[in-house]
Amino acid sequence: MPSSDYDSASLPDLLPLYYRRLFPFSQYYRWLNYGGVQKNYFQNREFSFTLKDDIYVRYQSFTTQNELEKEMQKMNPYKIDIGAVYSHRPSQHNTVKSGTFQALEKELVFDIDMTDYDDVRSCCSAADICSKCWTLMTIAIRILDRALRDDFGFQHLLWVYSGRRGVHCWVCDEAARKLSVAARSAVAEYLSLVKGGEETMKKVSLSDPIHPFIRESLLVVEQYFPRYGLQEQDILGRKESVDKHLIKELDLPLTLPSNVRKDLQQDFQNERKPEVRWKLIRDHATKKKAAGKKGHHFDKEIMLQYCYPRLDVNVSKGVNHLLKTIHAFMTTTSLSSLLTRTCSSFNLDQDAFLFPSTLKNWIDLILFAFFFLIPVKTDGITFFSLICEELDRPRIGEEEEKAEDDKDKENEKDAAERRKIRDYKRTSLAKYVKCFDQFLDGIAQSRKGELLRKSDLQKDF
Amino acid sequence: MQFGSRRRKIINSAQTELYGHSVQFYGQPPLENISLTEFETFAVERLKLLKTVETLGVSFVKHSEQYSKKLESEFKNLNFPYRPETDDRKIQTGPSEFEKRRKDHISHFILRLAYCQTEDLRRWFIQQEVDLFRYRFNDLPPKQKLEFLHRNNLQYDTISVEEKKALQDKLVNSSYAVSGITVEDQDFYKVPFQDALDLVRTRKVYLKAGYVYIPHQDIVTIVLNDFRTRLSKALALTARSLPAVHSDERLQPLLNHLSHAYVGQDYSIQKNVGKISLDQIDSLSGKSFPLCMRQLHQALRENHHLRHGGRMQYGLFLKGIGLSLEQALQFWRSEFIRGKVDADKFDKAYAYSIRHMFGKEGKRTDYTPYSCMKVILSNPPSQGDHHGCPFRHSDPELLKQKLQVYKVSPSGISQILELVKGMHYQLACQKYFELTHNIEDSSFSLNHPNQYFVESQKVLGGGKDIKRETDPQQRSQENATTRASTAAQDTAAKDVAEMTEDLDSFFQDG
Repeated sequence: MPSSDYDSASLPDLLPLYYRRLFPFSQYYRWLNYGGVQKNYFQNREFSFTLKDDIYVRYQSFTTQNELEKEMQKMNPYKIDIGAVYSHRPSQHNTVKSGTFQALEKELVFDIDMTDYDDVRSCCSAADICSKCWTLMTIAIRILDRALRDDFGFQHLLWVYSGRRGVHCWVCDEAARKLSVAARSAVAEYLSLVKGGEETMKKVSLSDPIHPFIRESLLVVEQYFPRYGLQEQDILGRKESVDKHLIKELDLPLTLPSNVRKDLQQDFQNERKPEVRWKLIRDHATKKKAAGKKGHHFDKEIMLQYCYPRLDVNVSKGVNHLLKTIHAFMTTTSLSSLLTRTCSSFNLDQDAFLFPSTLKNWIDLILFAFFFLIPVKTDGITFFSLICEELDRPRIGEEEEKAEDDKDKENEKDAAERRKIRDYKRTSLAKYVKCFDQFLDGIAQSRKGELLRKSDLQKDF
Repeated sequence: MQFGSRRRKIINSAQTELYGHSVQFYGQPPLENISLTEFETFAVERLKLLKTVETLGVSFVKHSEQYSKKLESEFKNLNFPYRPETDDRKIQTGPSEFEKRRKDHISHFILRLAYCQTEDLRRWFIQQEVDLFRYRFNDLPPKQKLEFLHRNNLQYDTISVEEKKALQDKLVNSSYAVSGITVEDQDFYKVPFQDALDLVRTRKVYLKAGYVYIPHQDIVTIVLNDFRTRLSKALALTARSLPAVHSDERLQPLLNHLSHAYVGQDYSIQKNVGKISLDQIDSLSGKSFPLCMRQLHQALRENHHLRHGGRMQYGLFLKGIGLSLEQALQFWRSEFIRGKVDADKFDKAYAYSIRHMFGKEGKRTDYTPYSCMKVILSNPPSQGDHHGCPFRHSDPELLKQKLQVYKVSPSGISQILELVKGMHYQLACQKYFELTHNIEDSSFSLNHPNQYFVESQKVLGGGKDIKRETDPQQRSQENATTRASTAAQDTAAKDVAEMTEDLDSFFQDG
């Protein structure tokens, strides 16, 4: 089935299969239950489902993994959103006195969406993405991942492909889940450098001294800017882009005194090469800095305006904001081919992903969401049908288990249970589910450490 | 708060101890008897003070010279304790320092009673009290600051000299207040970042592994955080004991009245529903819409779409000027389906949020149109957004161009830009109003886009200007709305005639 043939019409057939045989319920439950340390943590969590024909059902909640499983297999949602942990069971929110039903906790989440970069990318617009502009996501992940770990001290970051045109980050640390609305917005604002809407041209303003966080972020941006900005987007090359963004941007009195701007325009007419043009700009900046003048950061501001992650602050701010979960079906038809391109950029374009080895985990996690359930075309077959094929393949080297199965035949429920677990293991999804398991192990470990510390403290008294 | 009968004498000595410092943390409620008149004056005057804090916070940069000056004079006018050194000299004129501190103390606790009732009220009260506290604390001389910390048992962890040395560069680069030399002399406090959100938000502090390193100079942030947390907790507690207070029939109406005083005009009361037809909107947007709404209207007509922030700001404004739910649905649908959204998708994805605005979905709150303050301060526009306040959120260059297109005179434009530069966004908007309505001095103080509309209709309606009543605020505001609706009726006929002409010029503007 070529990707262009894939359409949402086939979803009603695929979804039951997916929820019956592939969906990793036990990991899902393990994640959101957080070891059951806090009472009713899973039970009071809001889920919302998007069903066929865009019917949106909010305030679903489940008492056990089993109930969640049954309900999802019954409803076969196209999309699942995870909301907050509430003071009461969300499914009963109508029965409690109004005002007492309140969102208490949720992971700290970040949503980076490619559409927010439309004014600074020329390769695609709106929901389209390609391997060129995907660099923006790579930059975003590296900058935010570092800051959330080093500056804020969070450890359990789950980075996932959002399913359409960007990435989500779920910060799962206990401290992050307990943050107030004010704290969430403070974190998001600390991390935001690009500010202003359609009525603002110059969206980044730096002043001395440059905060260590910005310095660290600039280190990342500087690595990618020559290739991404100057070559791939060619921001200094094309006449239109020179006028549209830079000159206009430099036009603003705050950024650049008019004499430097004039010099630049003169120089630019004689020089076509983007690298050289960029050097001209940087030289001007250095000159101004040496002269000890204000506003000499315009080169950095340009780089940041083009490359710095653009957060949707409103998503991070609210405790009760819903966010799509990683295991959801893609329904946008045109996207599968785009995804293939993006995927291949992951595989082929290795040097764009020269990450420190410690970060390897989350790259895998992105890939995980990427391949999980997204019917991407690989060599003429959708990814999903590939998985189905893997499921149907005869079991090789599973003879012993089969014998075991025979023994357990009287207990059919157990056998079914076990088959379910094994199902995804026999597909290429196994690798990614394993990644997720490792992530959950990490959370469990720090939880144990925390409990130990607490009980130690108690002994002291 | 107890209103029991205790002997004043015994209390007096305790109170002197209680008022040992000019700034208070309001740990203990007052225990004395006071007369109802005093109760009321204290409360009203503190409310005035808090209102001033709020307005100044919007019109000026906090802690700029002007801000401090204005606040200082308000303190004097209302006889609240303010600068400790001046006591000795000024003791002869006006109430004594003790009286002032007592008033500060008691009035704070009265307003707690009035403002603990709902989430909104609490938020407003906390915000103003925190700003007030910040101003007063900052104004203390260093010695008194330490004394204050000591008196209130506020202790924070400092970092060692070695740690300071190791982090010196980062500390210097993280704050405007610190240089290489001052790092050594200053104490740095290490606290969880949640306790210094204001510094984190603005990136004015060094942050490492979840802890912020605050120079002594900025200690006000942590103290404020403590103040905020305690006040918030105290309000929640007060709310619980409120029924007891409410049973006192002398106090209940007074408290209710006080808590209603902060909101100002409520433009959600729809006296003029259905007085506006959809065809009028284009012409009205050119004449009577404030710039922010004109900008949104234009963006909507051009892109056949607005993002969520824009839909909220503009949609609620339209509701406020009198669009009914049916009209609103029709208005948004007809525009959206001209773009990428088909009717089916509109009904599924957008109609809900419009019904929501009118209180027909979800928790069924009838949302109020945004005030200038809300537009200026909350949810700043980001990529793809057209909402916000044009005077606050546009590049001055673009604003200038826009004003030129709208045929504002060059001298007018420079006046407006001057106001923008001084961050007087609402005044800039008012200037824009005066220039576009050809009046010298508008007799109102602008703080709401819907007020702009009402006032504009009044002017365009021609000479229907009834002298403003000054006293009970609430009533005069209601009158304003009724007046506006009659004015709207009068202008309606005239508008239709002018519409074609206006439409032309409107599209030229775009």
